[in-house]
Amino acid sequence: MRVRSPKNASLFGSLTGRLRLTRHVAARGLLSLPGIPAPIVGAFSLIGIVFVPIGLASLSASQAIVELVDRYDAECVSASDKVGFIQDTKTDKACTRTITVPKPMKGPVHIYYQLENFYQNHRRYVKSRSDKQLRYKDAANLIKTCEPEGTSADGAPIVPCGLIAWSLFNDTYSFSVNKKTIEVNKKNIAWESDKSSKFGSDVYPKNFQKGGLVGGGKLDEKMPLSEQEDLIVWMRTAALPTFRKLYGRIESDIMASDEITVVIQNNYNTYSFGGTKALVLSTTSWIGGKNNFIGVAYVAIGGICFFLALCFVILHVVKPRTLGDPSYLSWNKEAPDHPN
Amino acid sequence: MADDGGSNRTRRRTRRRRNMRLSKLYSFACGRRPSVADDDPESSRIGGPGFSRVVNAGVPEQQQGSNSISTTKYNVVTFFPKSLFEQFRRVANIYFLVAGCLAYTNLAPYSSSTAVAPLVIVLLATMVKEAIEDWRRYQQDSEVNNRSTKVLQDGVFSDVKWKDLRVGDIVKVQKDEFFPADLVLLSSSYEDAICYVETMNLDGETNLKLKQSLEVTSNLLDDDSFTTFRAVIRCEDPNAHLYSFIGNIEIQEQQYPLSPQQLLLRDSKLRNTEFVYGIVIFTGHDSKVMQNAMKVPSKRSNVEKKMDKIIYLLLSSLVLISVIGSIFFGIATRDDLQDGRIKRWYLRPDDTSIYFDPNKPAISAVLHFLTAMMLYGYFIPISLYISIEIVKLLQALFINNDIHMYHEETDTPAHARTSNLNEELGQVDTILTDKTGTLTCNSMEFIKCSVAGTAYGRGITEVERAMAKRKGSPLIADMVNLNKPFQTEGQTAVKGFNFIDERVMDDNWVNQPHPDVIQMFFRLLAVCHTCIPEVDEQSGKISYEAESPDEAAFVVAARELGFTFYKRTQTGISLHELDPLSGKQVDRSYKILHVLEFNSARKRMSVIVKDDEGKTFLFSKGADRKFTEAKNSISADRDEKIEEAADSLERDLILLGATAVEDKLQKGVPECIDKLAQAGIKIWVLTGDKMETAINIGYACSLLRQGMKQITITLETADIIALEKGSDKEAVAKASKDNVVQQINEGKKLINASSGEAFALIIDGKSLTYALEDDAKGIFLDLAIGCGSVICCRSSPKQKALVTRLVKTGTGKVTLAIGDGANDVGMIQEADIGVGISGAEGMQAVMASDVSIAQFRFLERLLLVHGHWCYSRISSMICYFFYKNITFGVTLFLYEAYTSFSGQAFYNDWAMALYNVLFTSLPVIAMGVFDQDVPARFCLKYPMLYQEGPQNLLFRWSRILGWMLYGVASAVIIFFFSTTALQHQAFRESGEVMDLAALGATAYTCVVWAVNVQMVITVSYFTLIQHICIWGGIALWYVFLVAYGAITPTFSTTYFMVFVDALAGAASYWVVTLLVSTAALIPYFTYAVIKTRFFPDYHNKIQWLHHRNRGQPDSNDADVEFGQALRQFSVRSTGVGVSARRDAAALVRLNSKVYHADSPQLS
Repeated sequence: MRVRSPKNASLFGSLTGRLRLTRHVAARGLLSLPGIPAPIVGAFSLIGIVFVPIGLASLSASQAIVELVDRYDAECVSASDKVGFIQDTKTDKACTRTITVPKPMKGPVHIYYQLENFYQNHRRYVKSRSDKQLRYKDAANLIKTCEPEGTSADGAPIVPCGLIAWSLFNDTYSFSVNKKTIEVNKKNIAWESDKSSKFGSDVYPKNFQKGGLVGGGKLDEKMPLSEQEDLIVWMRTAALPTFRKLYGRIESDIMASDEITVVIQNNYNTYSFGGTKALVLSTTSWIGGKNNFIGVAYVAIGGICFFLALCFVILHVVKPRTLGDPSYLSWNKEAPDHPN
Repeated sequence: MADDGGSNRTRRRTRRRRNMRLSKLYSFACGRRPSVADDDPESSRIGGPGFSRVVNAGVPEQQQGSNSISTTKYNVVTFFPKSLFEQFRRVANIYFLVAGCLAYTNLAPYSSSTAVAPLVIVLLATMVKEAIEDWRRYQQDSEVNNRSTKVLQDGVFSDVKWKDLRVGDIVKVQKDEFFPADLVLLSSSYEDAICYVETMNLDGETNLKLKQSLEVTSNLLDDDSFTTFRAVIRCEDPNAHLYSFIGNIEIQEQQYPLSPQQLLLRDSKLRNTEFVYGIVIFTGHDSKVMQNAMKVPSKRSNVEKKMDKIIYLLLSSLVLISVIGSIFFGIATRDDLQDGRIKRWYLRPDDTSIYFDPNKPAISAVLHFLTAMMLYGYFIPISLYISIEIVKLLQALFINNDIHMYHEETDTPAHARTSNLNEELGQVDTILTDKTGTLTCNSMEFIKCSVAGTAYGRGITEVERAMAKRKGSPLIADMVNLNKPFQTEGQTAVKGFNFIDERVMDDNWVNQPHPDVIQMFFRLLAVCHTCIPEVDEQSGKISYEAESPDEAAFVVAARELGFTFYKRTQTGISLHELDPLSGKQVDRSYKILHVLEFNSARKRMSVIVKDDEGKTFLFSKGADRKFTEAKNSISADRDEKIEEAADSLERDLILLGATAVEDKLQKGVPECIDKLAQAGIKIWVLTGDKMETAINIGYACSLLRQGMKQITITLETADIIALEKGSDKEAVAKASKDNVVQQINEGKKLINASSGEAFALIIDGKSLTYALEDDAKGIFLDLAIGCGSVICCRSSPKQKALVTRLVKTGTGKVTLAIGDGANDVGMIQEADIGVGISGAEGMQAVMASDVSIAQFRFLERLLLVHGHWCYSRISSMICYFFYKNITFGVTLFLYEAYTSFSGQAFYNDWAMALYNVLFTSLPVIAMGVFDQDVPARFCLKYPMLYQEGPQNLLFRWSRILGWMLYGVASAVIIFFFSTTALQHQAFRESGEVMDLAALGATAYTCVVWAVNVQMVITVSYFTLIQHICIWGGIALWYVFLVAYGAITPTFSTTYFMVFVDALAGAASYWVVTLLVSTAALIPYFTYAVIKTRFFPDYHNKIQWLHHRNRGQPDSNDADVEFGQALRQFSVRSTGVGVSARRDAAALVRLNSKVYHADSPQLS
């Protein structure tokens, strides 16, 4: 055996030297302080002190947002065979909805469509696209991942190919406030990076919706993909089966008790799979859209932490841990089985 | 008085001899010419099967193997396949390999490269580690292979590298060089062609062995004589028997038989001889030492075995959730097409592949099962094995570099030879220890003698001290004051000599009543031995090479008392001695007529010498009250069969005197044993000593104490002895067996009847033979477990190993065997952990061990500090590993429920692939290396803390499952909180909504924060490195998001600019991160606070105490009391030193002085 003296262990000597050095700055961990209420109470209180204000701020931001949701899938189809109705290309699918604004909405008012029970996150669906084809003009033939929406009936590659593009949402909305038509700004609804880097400015739709079956919306073949913002928005697949997507913005303010009339071209088939459609108008704040959960959860957690801190203080006052009291020593007594 | 010295000596001897017999050792007589007679039946087998080697001296044989050796596991060609094969012996790796292969099909939920990348990284890391280790072995080999030696080439001896040696080469080996291969000795610098060989590397024995060539070659005295030398050696084929050798040498058509006496083995060393010539007969791997190199049985720790079970558990839960997912997926897929009506038209179920075919949902579901198995693979922590290996390697470095386990006198640090048992050190239930050299120093000290009825020597032996203490002698308190209770071994001025008596020292013995007897006695000590003197040329000091320490002690004693042995030749011994008549130093030499070697049956050795005046003496020394005697004037009969006649010679001797040598306890042994006993570790002493010695040592090292009931099982009873006089062996065996079983049962009854008394079991080797038989070992073990201390005396190496196995398999607990000699190798290898004492007695025990330490007392720190830490670290580390992977895996599974179980991953492919290797790998490694639940001095102060290991409290199923459930809970919190908080509303002020990539990245962020901050809560000891690892892991995630998002979108796909463009600017992203990761951690934090406050584990209490003491440097009385309560609480009823502590605690109230005097080991 070759024995190495720690004194001349050159390689590791230096390492241990360093390790010893770190000992000086070493500190005992938080939970090495059992039984001492002060740091524990302090930690819980700190969480409470931080969380409750954040929660209240989030809650108030959320409460200030005006969000109008109008589900229209059932009302806009009077026929009993809803699927037959929606699949019939000849019928007029226009549908007028009237929404009364309860509170003033400060522009820009964001317009979303909301689909439920639509699995944009299905693996087959998510994978059914060709990123290269969307970006590069010369990559039109890269359609391997797009089957069965890769080629048109005559075998030519579809641009943009795949199920996602093929099922493009194609309901349209036109708005008028108090009978006065207002403009919907459909610019800048997609991510800037998507427009600049994912969808080519020299790539134009080709053979789109010319497969055996027509899916959703059609595209303007004269407009490059990078400008087809509806498509870009749609192709950012949603995480959950209930999702909203940005349709456009109304830049002007809308007053309370104003009446918004929406003419909907109800084209999109959600009836086959029992999905719902809704139109959403919403203002935003720093927190985003309306969702009380964040605020409530913050306040709740903060509150729980305050409560726990209080409990520990009370316990400490009512039943302080007696030093040297062996009755606390549960050695060999199986402690409750939980991680530690 | 004869006891101590004599029996020690015998013990050493018997021990050695027994080893030798055990290892089929052929023991040769010292200085005896080998028989030239050719009547050996073995020699007729030469040339037959197994005896086919033919060596032409001076004609290098090219066909035989070269002399280079290789102990590497791999070579350049085999490294890749072989190390890969090793890797895939692990279930988890096979799983990942299969997953990696399947990733190239359409089944894969993620891209193929991301599936293979982590596996490749992990495999590469492991292979690099293997390669480095193997490279070190290679370097060691090549150092050996490139040593040079002198080889006869074209008539001159020139330097040749070892590896270039060939069979048949004639080599010249110089003093203190290793033999490069197995050689046949031709001649040496001595006229009678003898040489001395040190075989420490072979059998661990430190004494020099004498080898002698055949007479026919002994005249080859210089280099030139080899020009005409021709010989042919025919001998056995390479084999592993170190102590046998059969062959003959043919010189000038005359055959002479060869014996082991002419064989010089590779790796042994030439000593006390200027040079030797020899012929190479076995090279490289053919040499006996290499043939002997056995594979050390690989040991796996219990924690790792349990870890495998957890992996299987995880694999089955993986299968379970995959099946659940597949069933739901099958249903959803079938429903897509009902009666020809398409439902989810956007999936085109009418024109689909087999993976999503609504017409064949069963097949799709089965295929989906494979997809799910891959997707949920994150349940299996791919980097767990390599992380553990790295951690253990670093832990071993800490052990090796612990200055508190470094023995300065011998410059020996502790050495963890196999790092895969680190945590096992924290779980030891039973220690089986050797005595000589392990508990004691194995450096014999001459302490007393009795000559002509007068006892000389004023020293007090430790046994005496222990005995006096036992009897409560008041004298001892004074003695303690005078004489420090536990002397360090360095305190005596002369090694091996601790004798103080002015009556005989400084030549005063001439004035004693019987100066002639004393003179003869000292002369005997100086003459009757096999030591070799070494005179330091500069100082003139004489030191001795002795076969055993006690032999050296006698010669040293003789030297110190004025009879200096300074020269040994083949035929004589020379002394400086005092002539009592003239009062002057004179030189006398004694012609050695014969040496009657030590023999365990006779238990004595004798020399027959003739002095200058022509008088012949037989000096004899031996053990066991037998004698230390001399006899005058016998006839100079030197029969060949003198050994058989020895008994008849050694009769009618005159008793000169008795000696006492003491094998001192090592420093700190009683304290260490006391600590280990307090830690609840059972200690068994397995020794070759006889019962009385063993019991005395037991007292000396506090294994036995006053008030302990001794259960002694022995066959030295009158009726058995009477039976043995008869010849009926079967009857004796049966009676012995019955007797032993009866004694065991009586012992058990005694224990059952008692209430809380401590028992000690002492059993001798003969009884042990019967107690270890299959039908008795169960009850024997029961009895032994019921006793606080167990001492097995007179036990053979094999019995030691058998006892170890019995304890290991019988109790199912972790056993640790510690020993220093070749006779302990068996038990060291048998035990779960083998510890070798790297001290004087050679390296065999160390080579077989898993950890080597220099002193027994280091065991305390090794187990109580390093063992506990390693165990606590590794178990926390594994628990945490499963937690973090389950947290991650379950979020994936929960997300599946929202994708109709289609197998879509929540996160980006590369992000997932790097979870284990980048974002969460380093903190857990840092914890495994640096964490300390309790500081070292508290580990030692509260030894009961150690029980967390043997009782496996930190790696019990409930704790593991608790962590796993916590992982599930964390995942549930993270998933539902983040998806609910960011479900479908805008998440930015500019109105954009979450998509799959952004929501996934947010949830991922929360997971990374949660598991890393969880580490902050888990770790109890922070160093800068841990902070760097933890916060670095989180920072790396953001770096990844930015860097990966900046790569072209065709590579980064969904995560392109996801952070910079979308998340970073969204307040909700940051708000949700804080909310979700805090929410995920609060349950554990609350639980941990409640647990440590109301249901603390032992280490929690110590942590608390530690903190209080830190907060208030002048620790108040209450804390001291609590500390004592803690320690009091750790008292075990069957403990060894512990109950003594309790007694002492009672005493301390009465009289603190008595406390110190009575139990010095407690202070």
